[in-house]
Amino acid sequence: MDLSVKLGALKLKNPIMTASGTFGYGLEFIPYGRLEELGAIVVKGLSLRPRKGNPMPRIAETACGMLNAIGLQNIGVEKFLREKLPLLPWKETPVVVNLYAQKAEEFGDLAGILGNEPGVGALEVNISCPNVRQGGSQFGQDPEAAARVVEMVKKNAGHKQVIVKLSPNVADIKAIARAVESAGADIISLINTLGGMAVDIRTRKPCLANVFGGLSGPAIKPVALKMVFEVCRAVNIPVIGLGGITSARDVLEFILVGARAVQVGTATFTKPDRAFSLVNELGELVEQLGIDHWENYRGKLTA
Amino acid sequence: MKPETDNLTPSCLKLGIQAITYAGSRDFFHLYLDPPQWGYRPGQFVMIRPEVWSNDPVWPRPFSICEKTKDCLRLFIQVVGRGTALISRLQPSDKLDLWGPLGNGFVYDPDDPLLILAGGMGIAPFMGLCKKHPRPDQVEFLFGHRMDIGCYPFSELPRQIDRKHLRQQTMADIRDFQGILKKRIRDFSGRGRILACGPSPFLKVVREYSLEFGADARISLENKMACGVGACLGCVAGTARGEYVQTCTHGPVFRADEIIL
Repeated sequence: MDLSVKLGALKLKNPIMTASGTFGYGLEFIPYGRLEELGAIVVKGLSLRPRKGNPMPRIAETACGMLNAIGLQNIGVEKFLREKLPLLPWKETPVVVNLYAQKAEEFGDLAGILGNEPGVGALEVNISCPNVRQGGSQFGQDPEAAARVVEMVKKNAGHKQVIVKLSPNVADIKAIARAVESAGADIISLINTLGGMAVDIRTRKPCLANVFGGLSGPAIKPVALKMVFEVCRAVNIPVIGLGGITSARDVLEFILVGARAVQVGTATFTKPDRAFSLVNELGELVEQLGIDHWENYRGKLTA
Repeated sequence: MKPETDNLTPSCLKLGIQAITYAGSRDFFHLYLDPPQWGYRPGQFVMIRPEVWSNDPVWPRPFSICEKTKDCLRLFIQVVGRGTALISRLQPSDKLDLWGPLGNGFVYDPDDPLLILAGGMGIAPFMGLCKKHPRPDQVEFLFGHRMDIGCYPFSELPRQIDRKHLRQQTMADIRDFQGILKKRIRDFSGRGRILACGPSPFLKVVREYSLEFGADARISLENKMACGVGACLGCVAGTARGEYVQTCTHGPVFRADEIIL
């Protein structure tokens, strides 16, 4: 079967994308697979200026998952465009740039810089990072603030598709999803990490210097699946599902509840070629189940 | 050392376990794996994750490459937590995912004198280095350890190397050892390169004396890592310039004056 999918104007040769923050700037993974074979590459969140990130320790392993509080350490948008993007195969595989800013206006500035870059396939607006004091999930928890960010980005993004990445740390994710859709978002991705913490009973200290972090990995998959299911029913724009995906079976579960594509995050840490091998495994599983067209499977959950 | 002519490009492989042998205690063991087709530079490391882990533990574990021969890849491991305890109980029929060689490794000129300072498990990356060093007479090796010397592969070091080990069990032993380290670093400064690997308090001392005496020292750091390839940003070390850099890709070996410990 043809695995390709369309998310608005964004065409992917298969539904497997990488998740921001788990795939570096893409180049780190060249030894482990052909970047050209992925559906899309989503790079680490970029800000206008480089960010140093949070103090150590920044990560902690938990049951079937992990916590992180990296704090969006990144090289800044200019350096990415100068030094990384030209080395990525953006003509073969869309490169999605994840954006982070502390103010709605700065999101607009970032979109302005990226909107005219031929190598940028789409923008993913990060209004859901739990690990930074300003911006981040502040925008993702309030429908009006979220909408304002989306409007600023859309105004400056030219023809680029704008993906909005939602936080699960909200009372009603459907309300946020509807708000960003009304504000002009082209695509929604969810979920970002769930707020969490871990402590050490001997040292009596938190396991993360930031105290709180974001939980990811297989542990959060049922939460992600529910929220993707709900959001797919609440909006008309395409949805990208993520949260704990490690296998082709997981990919199909998200598509079955309505996702058009998926992102693979923490699973990349368990094996650096995970996203690449998932493309093949997905193809095989789709054949096995006799799925002949995505249209006949996507969102076809009997519930 | 000049880069080996072998292929140093990392790859992700599924490897079989040949054997696990214990050394002195159930907490110290050698893991022998089928040999990958790459070469490596001493000080580089690999990430391993047993197939049976499925979804838990989530992370792979990083280990220095202890030694690689045409017959096997050898890792020297101490049980320090859940992951290493599970690895110690693997069977020869088990398979694991391994990616590497990772990181920069130690760089040195084989014709110049070398002072190797190792603390505890910090001995691991130096085994292959010492066995293959073309001028063992140029190498001095000082090893500090807490457990019985039989737990460590110290006796395998070539006899032509000027090797010495000292055990520290009390605070007084540690203070004495610090004094010895200070004297060795001072006396060696200006003669060649110092390579060091060991627990963080040990490396702090080595770094401090190396800076004090202007010695050319390279320090190999250890850190929790989720990916090993520079992507997760969970293993960063603070640099003297006030930045954070990945221990896995910018290191694990750093110039003593380059990093803050």
